[in-house]
Amino acid sequence: MAKPMVILDGNEAAAAVAYRLSEVIAIYPITPSSPMGELADQWKEEGKANLWGAVPLVVEMQSEGGAAGALHGALQAGALGTTFTSSQGLLLMIPNMYKIAGELTPAVIHVAARAVATHALSIFGDHSDVMGARQTGFALLASNSVQEATDLALVAHAATLEARIPFLHFFDGFRTSHELNKIHPLSDADLGAVVSGEHVRLHRERALSPDRPVLRGTAQNPDVFFQAREAVNAYYRACPAIVQDVMDRFARQTGRHYHLFDYVGAADAERVVVVMGSAAGAVEETVEWLAARGEKVGVLKVRLFRPFDLDAFAQALPRTVQSIAVLDRTKEPGSIGEPLYLDVVTGLMETRRTARVIGGRYGLSSKEFTPAMAKAVFDELKKDAPQNHFTVGIQDDVTHTSLAYDPAFVTEGAKTVRALFYGLGSDGTVGANKNSIKIIGEETPNHAQGYFVYDSKKAGSVTVSHLRFGPDPIRSAYLIERASFIGCHQFQFLERMDVLSRAESGAIFLLNAPFGAGEVWEQLPRKVQEQILGKKLRLFVIDAYTVAREAGMGRRINTIMQTCFFAISGILPREEAVKAIKGAIEHTYGKRGEAVLQKNYAAVDRTLAHLFEVKVPEKITAHFDVLPAVPERAPAFVRGVLGQIVAGLGDELPVSAMPPDGTFPTGTAKWEKRNIAQEIPVWDEVLCIQCGKCVLVCPHAVIRAKVYDSSQLASAPEGFKTAKPRWREFETLRYTLQVAPEDCTGCALCVEVCPAKSKSVAKYKAINMAPQAPLREPESKNWEFFLALPELARERLSLGQVKDVQLLEPLFEFSGACAGCGETPYIKLMTQLFGDRLLIANATGCSSIYGGNLPTTPYTTNLQGRGPAWSNSLFEDNAEFGLGMRLAVDHQAEYARHLVKKLAGEIGEELVRRILNADQSREEGINEQRERVADLRRRLAGKESAEVRDLLAVADSLLRKSVWIVGGDGWAYDIGAGGLDHVLGTGMNVNMLVLDTEVYSNTGGQMSKATPRGAVAKFAAGGKQTAKKDLAMEAISYGNVYVARVAMGGGDTHTVKAFLEAEAHPGPSLIIAYSHCIAHGYDMMFGINQQKAAVLSGYWPLIRYNPGLRAEGRNPFQLDSKAPSIPLKQYAYQEARYTMLARSNPEAAAELLQMAQEDVARRWRVYSNRAALQMPPRPGEKSPAAGEAPTAVPAGTKEGEE
Amino acid sequence: MADLSTQYMGLPLKNPLVASSSPLTESVDNIRRLEDMGIAAVVLPSLFEEQLTLESAVLDEDLWRGAEEFAEATTYLPDLSTYNTGPDGYLELIRRAKHSVAIPVIASLNGVTPSGWVRYAKHIEQAGADALELNIYTIATDPLRSGADLEEDCCELVHQVKTSVRIPVAVKLSPYYSSLTHMAKRLDHAGADALVLFNRFYQPDFDIEGLEVVPRLHLSHPEELLPRLHWVAIIFGHIKGNLAVTGGVHSALDVVKCVMAGASVAMMASAPLENGVRFIHRVHQDLEHWLEEHEYESMRQMLGSMSHRAVPDPAAFQRGNYMKVLSSYALRLR
Repeated sequence: MAKPMVILDGNEAAAAVAYRLSEVIAIYPITPSSPMGELADQWKEEGKANLWGAVPLVVEMQSEGGAAGALHGALQAGALGTTFTSSQGLLLMIPNMYKIAGELTPAVIHVAARAVATHALSIFGDHSDVMGARQTGFALLASNSVQEATDLALVAHAATLEARIPFLHFFDGFRTSHELNKIHPLSDADLGAVVSGEHVRLHRERALSPDRPVLRGTAQNPDVFFQAREAVNAYYRACPAIVQDVMDRFARQTGRHYHLFDYVGAADAERVVVVMGSAAGAVEETVEWLAARGEKVGVLKVRLFRPFDLDAFAQALPRTVQSIAVLDRTKEPGSIGEPLYLDVVTGLMETRRTARVIGGRYGLSSKEFTPAMAKAVFDELKKDAPQNHFTVGIQDDVTHTSLAYDPAFVTEGAKTVRALFYGLGSDGTVGANKNSIKIIGEETPNHAQGYFVYDSKKAGSVTVSHLRFGPDPIRSAYLIERASFIGCHQFQFLERMDVLSRAESGAIFLLNAPFGAGEVWEQLPRKVQEQILGKKLRLFVIDAYTVAREAGMGRRINTIMQTCFFAISGILPREEAVKAIKGAIEHTYGKRGEAVLQKNYAAVDRTLAHLFEVKVPEKITAHFDVLPAVPERAPAFVRGVLGQIVAGLGDELPVSAMPPDGTFPTGTAKWEKRNIAQEIPVWDEVLCIQCGKCVLVCPHAVIRAKVYDSSQLASAPEGFKTAKPRWREFETLRYTLQVAPEDCTGCALCVEVCPAKSKSVAKYKAINMAPQAPLREPESKNWEFFLALPELARERLSLGQVKDVQLLEPLFEFSGACAGCGETPYIKLMTQLFGDRLLIANATGCSSIYGGNLPTTPYTTNLQGRGPAWSNSLFEDNAEFGLGMRLAVDHQAEYARHLVKKLAGEIGEELVRRILNADQSREEGINEQRERVADLRRRLAGKESAEVRDLLAVADSLLRKSVWIVGGDGWAYDIGAGGLDHVLGTGMNVNMLVLDTEVYSNTGGQMSKATPRGAVAKFAAGGKQTAKKDLAMEAISYGNVYVARVAMGGGDTHTVKAFLEAEAHPGPSLIIAYSHCIAHGYDMMFGINQQKAAVLSGYWPLIRYNPGLRAEGRNPFQLDSKAPSIPLKQYAYQEARYTMLARSNPEAAAELLQMAQEDVARRWRVYSNRAALQMPPRPGEKSPAAGEAPTAVPAGTKEGEE
Repeated sequence: MADLSTQYMGLPLKNPLVASSSPLTESVDNIRRLEDMGIAAVVLPSLFEEQLTLESAVLDEDLWRGAEEFAEATTYLPDLSTYNTGPDGYLELIRRAKHSVAIPVIASLNGVTPSGWVRYAKHIEQAGADALELNIYTIATDPLRSGADLEEDCCELVHQVKTSVRIPVAVKLSPYYSSLTHMAKRLDHAGADALVLFNRFYQPDFDIEGLEVVPRLHLSHPEELLPRLHWVAIIFGHIKGNLAVTGGVHSALDVVKCVMAGASVAMMASAPLENGVRFIHRVHQDLEHWLEEHEYESMRQMLGSMSHRAVPDPAAFQRGNYMKVLSSYALRLR
């Protein structure tokens, strides 16, 4: 009996086959393919067997290069192996892919195809990665839909065994990998019927074995290498027929018949589009629409791209074809055309077919590709002189490649229901919609599709859910353009975005509003009222937050809005719908306990009594309208470009609007007022002791302090708070602590860290959270006034004091990081201390996303226009990238010094002497040098010699620059560890800041070598079995590297000192910073408390290793925290990453905790002994001083014993 | 040798030493060692309905946080096959304890909702517990609810549980009743097979430097025995069910006092926690010696021998101590 259809996304569809047909699976996280690895790891943990009854071995590697290496080894030793990857990950696999293919080794790599980083990183889908691997000798097989992702995964695994050519099976990242669709799953019987057992055995027989030893991987010389390389030809020639044979076998088993090239359309087509990937769906819909109107058009879907089978291609293409458009989802600058185009042109020539061929690019980085665009391509083919090398889907007003298209053209039938839901990530909209799709797809005969769009912020992010369902299979792999149902789950969206632009006439509009049916109309902006009346929408309202609160659901409105959707849309009778929703709730949340189920059920049961249809008035009554995305006073680029992106209109921007080299201005986040906090901190100037802790820990730089002259207060807004500074030297001035109300995320870290409590009411502190809405306007005025207050001169401050650091201007503000982020306070501190002379090399990861993801970015400038210069190269190369910056800066400085000497006559000997001999070890010295350089510029102004111009171009390099290499633990401990180690070994003056969250945070919390023993993480669902790598001790082993392990919550002054010392150290430095993270599983409001507990428990001992101390006769190794005073459990069991395991597998958790506690004790012994070591007497000294080389070591605790 | 055996809620016990509900009885290994040392029955730590509810809510919140907010990270923690959010872990402890020892295993339950009390009581019975101790204690913080209301709820609860399970049910009480004797009588009517006097609780302490409330639970002291003896001596004979003392039992002499006051069993937790499980063996030996030395034939012989019914001056139990201290002879003469 056929298995019932299921709702799956492309990643799970492919992984479900790959897992069952593999014995060794090497994994590494990268978006959007990470879920395939996560599922494999999860299934392994659950003991799920492969087709042969064994549980595959799943191993996470340090990089995709490592995964490919492990895969290669596993294949050589006879295992069936697979891996999953995307984008840069695939590029890192290329060297091994040549080897695997060159040795004719069956294997499959499943790729969720994604853009390769060029001028910018993009996590979204296109074919630039797979096209970058097309030359490796792997076969390339394309799936165009979720169903195909599972079907062709099987074809790939079966065919590789028979062809001996490894396969790269790919589908479009996000569009297919993350799309939910209703598919026929493949049973073990299906797999068994298609995979040849005989070929599995043959593969195993080729394994390296000492019992039948062979040698593979020889080195060959000019005499034979070439011939040997040609020896594989027969296999490649045979491969297409093998694939077709497997496809035929698959068809016999499942009824779904694929071909190397599948043609759809008129048998006598004159115009044909050739395409590969999910865009085929839109083209196919267009073909059917045009063909129904008598147009002779068709689409050729390329499935097996490599080896490219000319005969199959020629046979699939109708003989009647006169013109062909080839669509490539990649760009090869400088080429004659993109790869598929070139192959088609060559294919036609080699098969002696004549047709006019044009090629074009579409869909880069998941750019929408719709039937309207497909129609534009078919229309172009009608022209006498169609444009070749076109683009479609954008407006290219620079090189004029783009085809015009009519956005009003739609092909979707009336039978398909299209629903759009606008929600916040935190309100559960996406999760509920995923459940809705499952309900509709699995409990009704309908087909269903769900696709989910997220914005790039990690706090307060907006989600848009696109749901289609209806009686026919849904292959519309593009966003909904005309919706019959719009759900707006957040009332405040109405003033920020155009939620009704895609509503079709007569659509239903469901709005979550804190207003009743009789009041809501008056609360709608003018544009919304216009759209409701103009499109004749039916408006329903529910106060979902009240229902949620009453049901004990807090701010989760997911099941409430879901119930409304089912009730209004009538997909199922209400009772059935409620039953199905509860069933989905049980399925999703059942494991979390009875109490959770009950409150969700209560929310569902209470919903319908609160749902009302609004009697819409006949005319517009609004007296306000939607707000501009950015204020009018923002710079032109921010208004014209970034503001458009903020407003959701980025797709409308033409090519000319975009910088061609990826260079953007800094200081743009301040223009995007997001207003995402429900509550913000309010300062009590009487209670405040002005310690500066709140300013230090604020992840978004929204709480700031200034000391200024009281005369500034003359124009202060009413209610602007001020206090007498608690610094003796500033007592005649005034102090203000100010909050940015529209930028705050409401994390409450500041309140939690505030030490000043009221003596009358203990819960009242010097900062307290209060509702944002009433504070928004007055505090915005205060904030503007505050920003205009002058900064206190830095030389008046002691930079090593937390209290003084609060008065340093942060040059990193309002990032898109999670509310309560544990990383950003360190970055902010770095910019406060060194921001005006800072170059940052940033590894890919959280810090590159909240640091550099459009639309607006957080690095900014001071009043003088100086600030951090920031760049992201890749994930794996960040240390090397930063070293390159250092080398450039040093070389320019040296060149500048050379020119200064040469031009001494024109500059003046005294100034030259002072410039060349400047002591820039401290900030005062740097400021003096800055004045000297300004003087130099003045003296050389107007002089026109080439050498003068050269000097002026590099004169700023005479100022000491601070190069910081910033990244997470995934970079530092794993993928970039080799580079990090090498750069430390160069002895160059770079500073590395490792934001150690102990997992790959950005991709959703996968294990790294920084993950502690006993914590669960993705890829370590059973708890990490091994201890965290001691990166600090690795670096210390060089002897000349400054190393600090810091935790702001465990020692804030220690942290500040470490930053200053690291920067001052003339060689390499490494700061490992404990960064609490949302992936640790607790409310990040308590992040600082956990940092403190980590230090108290000895889990995170604070250390500094300062090689400079050696010259003073002191021990460079300083242990700065006290001996463990609380058990590890007291720290760890506050976090779900530990307690999840204690719940699911108490025995294993207890054992791992015990081992982790022993790790703590062992490390403490090593550290404390090392810190206690005595230095040998220096020459001329009689008695020993503190130092490194031991003269007396306590018995049994010698260094190196551990 | 004197006969130490006793009966508690119909369960024949080899002696009156019972391990009270404490961290000591969390592990089957400890329970086995307690049996080896001579303990006659164990009370397991309480299954807290509120804790299950809270843990479920916390887990849900932890798994929810950050989920479906960001395209690259639609979740932040792996999805495990089970989280044991229900009572399964506790029920498993009952099963394993029953499997491992011959002595009676008494489960303990602290519920929140009426349905929760009954549901979990049934689960506990099905898991094989020999008896159930209801750990009834809620802090009355609602100014609109009277003591009478709370007592009524309590009795109703005991009635409901008793009618839902067949195993004997004890009720562990706090001392904070206006009329403890009356309450004891009502619970007796509601079907309680025994009353356990008294519960000990976490008490909020103040950290006056950090201005924070810090919950504390100290181990019991021997002097805590006195109020328990006092109330057992008063209640003994007023109810059909048995009495048990828990709190302040630190020696064989304390056990003797408990039984003389009218308790069928004396429960211990702090003493073995402090001195190790072997301490039970010493108490057992001391008890035997004491009975022999004082020529008691059995424990039953002394049951209630110093209760209010049996002492020459019942007023000793009926007045405050200071009266006695100031004019003890005068009181006696009355």
